[in-house]
Amino acid sequence: MKRTSFRRAIVPGVAVIALAAGLSACGAGNEDSGSSSDSGLSGTLTGEGSSAQEAAQTAWRAGFQGENSGVTVNYTPSGSGAGREKFIAGAVDFAGSDSYLKDDDEATELSDAKERCGGEDPVEVPAYVSPIAVVYNLPGVDTLNLSAETIGKIFNEKITTWNDPAIKQENPDADLPSTKITPVHRSDESGTTENFTDYLEKASDGGWPHEKDKLWPLKSGEAAQGTSGVIQAVKEGEGSIGYADESQVGDLQVASIKVGEEYVAPSAEAAAKVLAVSPRAETATDVSMAIDVDRTTTESGAYPLLLASYLIACQHYDDQATADLVKGYLTYVISEEGQQTAADNAGSAPLDAELADEANGIVSQISAK
Amino acid sequence: MSTTIATRDKAPRRRGDVIFAGIARGAGIAILVALAGVALFLTLEGFPALGASGAALDGAANFLDYVWPLVFGTLLAAILALLIATPLAIGVALVIAFYTPRRISGVVGYMIDLLAAVPSVVYGLWGIAFLGPQLKPLYQWLEEYLGFLPFFAGPASSTGRTILTASIVLAIMVLPIITAISREIFTQTPQLHMEAAMALGATRWEMIKLSVFPYARSGMVSATMLGLGRALGETMAVAMVLSASGVVTFNLISSTNPSTIAANIALNFPEATGLKVNALIASGLVLFVITFAVNFAARAIVARTERERS
Amino acid sequence: MATITPTPPTPTRSSMHLKTPSLPRWAPLLVIAIAVAASAMLGLLLGWGPVGIAVVAVVLYLVGVPLWSRLVEDGRRAKDRMMTGLVWTAFVLALIPLVTLIWKVVAEGLPQINAEFLTYSMRNVIGDQQGGIYHAIMGTLLVTAWAAIISIPVGIFCGIYLVEYGKTSRLARWITFLVDVMTGIPSIVAGLFAYALFVLFFGEGVRMGFGGSVALSLLMIPIVVRSTEEMLKLVPDELREASYALGVPKWRTVSKVVLPTAMSGIITGVTLAVARIIGETAPLLIIAGKTDGLNMNMFSEPVTTLPVFIYFSYTQPGLPPEAGQARAWGAALVLIVIVMALNLGARAIGKFFAPKKGR
Repeated sequence: MKRTSFRRAIVPGVAVIALAAGLSACGAGNEDSGSSSDSGLSGTLTGEGSSAQEAAQTAWRAGFQGENSGVTVNYTPSGSGAGREKFIAGAVDFAGSDSYLKDDDEATELSDAKERCGGEDPVEVPAYVSPIAVVYNLPGVDTLNLSAETIGKIFNEKITTWNDPAIKQENPDADLPSTKITPVHRSDESGTTENFTDYLEKASDGGWPHEKDKLWPLKSGEAAQGTSGVIQAVKEGEGSIGYADESQVGDLQVASIKVGEEYVAPSAEAAAKVLAVSPRAETATDVSMAIDVDRTTTESGAYPLLLASYLIACQHYDDQATADLVKGYLTYVISEEGQQTAADNAGSAPLDAELADEANGIVSQISAK
Repeated sequence: MSTTIATRDKAPRRRGDVIFAGIARGAGIAILVALAGVALFLTLEGFPALGASGAALDGAANFLDYVWPLVFGTLLAAILALLIATPLAIGVALVIAFYTPRRISGVVGYMIDLLAAVPSVVYGLWGIAFLGPQLKPLYQWLEEYLGFLPFFAGPASSTGRTILTASIVLAIMVLPIITAISREIFTQTPQLHMEAAMALGATRWEMIKLSVFPYARSGMVSATMLGLGRALGETMAVAMVLSASGVVTFNLISSTNPSTIAANIALNFPEATGLKVNALIASGLVLFVITFAVNFAARAIVARTERERS
Repeated sequence: MATITPTPPTPTRSSMHLKTPSLPRWAPLLVIAIAVAASAMLGLLLGWGPVGIAVVAVVLYLVGVPLWSRLVEDGRRAKDRMMTGLVWTAFVLALIPLVTLIWKVVAEGLPQINAEFLTYSMRNVIGDQQGGIYHAIMGTLLVTAWAAIISIPVGIFCGIYLVEYGKTSRLARWITFLVDVMTGIPSIVAGLFAYALFVLFFGEGVRMGFGGSVALSLLMIPIVVRSTEEMLKLVPDELREASYALGVPKWRTVSKVVLPTAMSGIITGVTLAVARIIGETAPLLIIAGKTDGLNMNMFSEPVTTLPVFIYFSYTQPGLPPEAGQARAWGAALVLIVIVMALNLGARAIGKFFAPKKGR
């Protein structure tokens, strides 16, 4: 009798394992494993890096994999730093990064990347440009104009109520309440924070005394995780103000920022305009389009609060297949179609024709050794 | 078990026996090795962080500066959670043990066990999407009427994502643990003690106070400490609910809150590289040591009481 | 121990009644009704929300019943009634989260559940297209299965060692104690351990499903050990002795007599252990990572699991955020259903396989 009860116990266990194994045999309903390819491209391409690019990468991958059914592109949004590190280590074929490669006191990423690419300059092309919106929650105040100096003071908690004279002066027509201001910032490290603090540091005329940083430099204020966390916190908290990728703001109120003498609302075109007039970084080469975004531009209709994120790759790869895949994927990303897909699905700003042409020229040179 | 004598075998040891005993013993030793491994590998990987400073430590000058606010937040959140959970849990355990008919108490006990079965990430969802917004009015009320206390100095959070909210979620998560253990001990109270109290004309509460609590005191203490151990290490709920800035403050209802070790790891690990990973692992080691000490103490109390009883 | 001071008997004839006056049985109900009514009226007048009304009603009840009792009965009974009220209040308070949580998850999650949601992955899903959690379900099942494969043998053998071999030896005492302590290891520390271990072999930034299994087994083993130990202790020594008397070697006695007798309890314990770890998030976040397609290979590349999927699709929902967050709720519902099913299953197994009474 004991034997039987032991067996009875074993049987369902085996059944469960068998069931799991049976289930494992079939793939997900929407994943076709067809290996036939209409373009000649096939294989797996792996990339890693910026989480800001994630939505755009998803769209690009869907588009690229749709055109080339034999290709799998993996992109792990583990953060720009991790992406650059993995690229340098040779663990991934390309990296997505919110900042361009450079050598400084802490790291020698540019030289390391050069070494990884067989001594040649690494390819860096801007692929994802997104305006960063200053969002706020203040019922009854539908338009808000803010200068960089005021924004800096608000986020530095020097301006603490909405009816502060500095805000009033810029918004003479608005009916500003005495609600206390709750600045919302990202609790995690992010390229969005880095670009926002960079903008404040350069454009705020001392209203923001901190240096640019991936991690919010102040130890106060509401901290929220991820872009969606910031959006949610602002949405829930009356009197809140935050910063987030423009694509994600939904129906929140968005402030216009002062550029030159006018106030500009965030838009894809306004952001692309800044990129077009911004100077190249010192590290820029023939194949690297590293750009120092001109935060203090006075160009009419430009919106200098933006995040430009790069794709980093090598000029030459050891094997033909990888080189073709990198070239194919990057070409798709830079193409009008790729940029439009990202704009539709991730709300990014498509590159303007001139930059896209230049990037295309660089990417088309990628080849096997 | 004292009556088993069969192990003192006079028969020659058979190979099967030796192997089987060896496997069993090996499994036991494997657990010791695993536990030692946890300490060893965390130390190994965490060690480089001790010499770090600057960016890897979020700008702190040295590791101690980095980890201290986190330790503070961890302890604060856990202790608050216990302050909320312990009375509730003991109340619930009393209800199950003494206030409901046996038939119902089984069902009720199961419902409380269900609380323990809910995954922590779901508590996180619930905390951020339901509880936080619900608590906003309470925080405004606390700021307005009790603002003279440093705990409620405000300004009240406009999203409800405060350390008090996180503690309430933690409290709900540790409540089933404290309840389960307390209930167990309550039901072990010698029947004679309780009947004697009743026979003297004690009311139900007096019976509980005079015969149950003295018997169960150490058990309740260790249940609370086990709850503390759980609250200290709970990760996801805090990571999702709390608006953390890594400060040291006793202000419970503002949007500027201390972070906890576990939540800090969960938030930063997925995108961490280099020394930062080491720093996070080292902070994990600190958490391990704290929870180990708390659990060690709790178990020691239990063990001592058991020895005294037998 | 304190003693009850009896109320001094007074010689008057009226107090010689055996029964002291007491409130009628329906008194608490009446007070509840009055408290709710009064609080509701006040609340509607002063514009409190339902929560405010409930709080005031409870306070009114907790004051009203003891007061009434004090007037009719005596101080001791008043105190008893107040404590009864408090204890029940605690109980109801504890149930509120459970009820609201389940309501919220079901209300938000149920609209998401359909055939595609359960059989699609998130690969190539952009925007609010139909995506699914098939990859996360499979990831969870596989990671948990591997954790079980590691934990069950180790846990059961360790339990056997403690009960059948080690008994009161110093090693066994240490193991018992450390297993207890091990139940309190924070899950995130288990994840860090797995990472610190695997990073030695696979280099920095390692993410793989099996690492998650190792982390989870660290959390699962102590539960399995504990339940095995408890169950083996329940097996009567007479069974063992009878077996030895027949000349059966010890290891066969344990495997053919003791284990089968305790099997139902052990299976229940194992199932509960699985239910406990299947919802773990933190260790998997660290070591298993995430990906949006199906990955059945536990030994390379990240694997998405349900809890991690919930976490990321809620905190990084993509565009539009509503779609991602809705998926998080749907996945949360699926996860809760799995966990509850395991819990109920454990109870059913316990009942079904329980050794027949009246041997």
